[in-house]
Amino acid sequence: MSEQAALVTGASRGIGRAVALALAAEGRPIAINYRSGADEAKETLAMVEELGGRGICVQADVTDSEQIDRCFSEVEKELGAVTVLVNNAGVRADGLALSMTDEMWDRVIRTNLFGTFACSRRALRGMLRTRWGRIVNVSSIAGIQGSPGQANYSAAKAGVVGFTRTLAREVAAKNITVNAVAPGLVTTELTETLGEKRLAEITSHVPQGRPGTPEEVAGAVRWLCGEEAGYMTGSVLTLDGGMSA
Amino acid sequence: MDEKRNQILETMRTQLSERGIEGDKVQFDATLAQDLGLDSLDTVEMTLGLEESFGIEIPDSDLENVATVGDAVDLIQRKLAVGA
Repeated sequence: MSEQAALVTGASRGIGRAVALALAAEGRPIAINYRSGADEAKETLAMVEELGGRGICVQADVTDSEQIDRCFSEVEKELGAVTVLVNNAGVRADGLALSMTDEMWDRVIRTNLFGTFACSRRALRGMLRTRWGRIVNVSSIAGIQGSPGQANYSAAKAGVVGFTRTLAREVAAKNITVNAVAPGLVTTELTETLGEKRLAEITSHVPQGRPGTPEEVAGAVRWLCGEEAGYMTGSVLTLDGGMSA
Repeated sequence: MDEKRNQILETMRTQLSERGIEGDKVQFDATLAQDLGLDSLDTVEMTLGLEESFGIEIPDSDLENVATVGDAVDLIQRKLAVGA
């Protein structure tokens, strides 16, 4: 059997990078997808190689089906069938709903929700062929509970949860599992743009009193991608320091 | 011509037997949904297997008119003829 690869979208930094490293540590060839951070993606790859792993960087904007198809074809050619997909690529465009523009709404829904759907759709054929697959979607605590200033992001991430549950049922009999993780506040560049005041305010709502790390999210994703998690499908793992407890 | 059809049928039998479907159920006039109990995802999965076996590509849009095993055999035969 040809080798089986893992594709992580938005793996040039943050949670995506940590997931790529965690999966690479298990010996899987890794496809590091990025949209614009070519240099950062190369850094991720260098870190993968440092761990003794191997992989490639592959550019694609997950809002575009054609680019997704090209990305998967390249990975299949270079690394083998994509049997693990982590839909991590995401963007934020915060603002109060009353002043949110159509463009802010559409962009966030398109990347976070459509991108997750479109990448999963493209991945399923290979997983059906292989008769084994793991899809992990990165949702957010904002998709579970309300998050003022993030109507678009919150709607997209709640959409990811609904998509996860439905897809899990559709492919359950095919040895393909579909799960989501819902991180709370995690230290990434995305949260650094929140501003100190907002960050402190959110941290005050975290029972553990601190933000999580990308590695803490990656550990859960790695487990979901492994054999051991075979009976878990359609689930949402919250990793939020107790925020939703 | 008939020999080719039977050959395709045999390949389908082999693949479907892996899914627990008895060979003698797989006849030209058997319907995929009722007689063989395949749902739409099973059909896609079967198609992927056939694409691999015969080195052809079957777009989903071509599957719309495939109701029976015979329809599938005809479709594969057409694809093979184009490729030849």
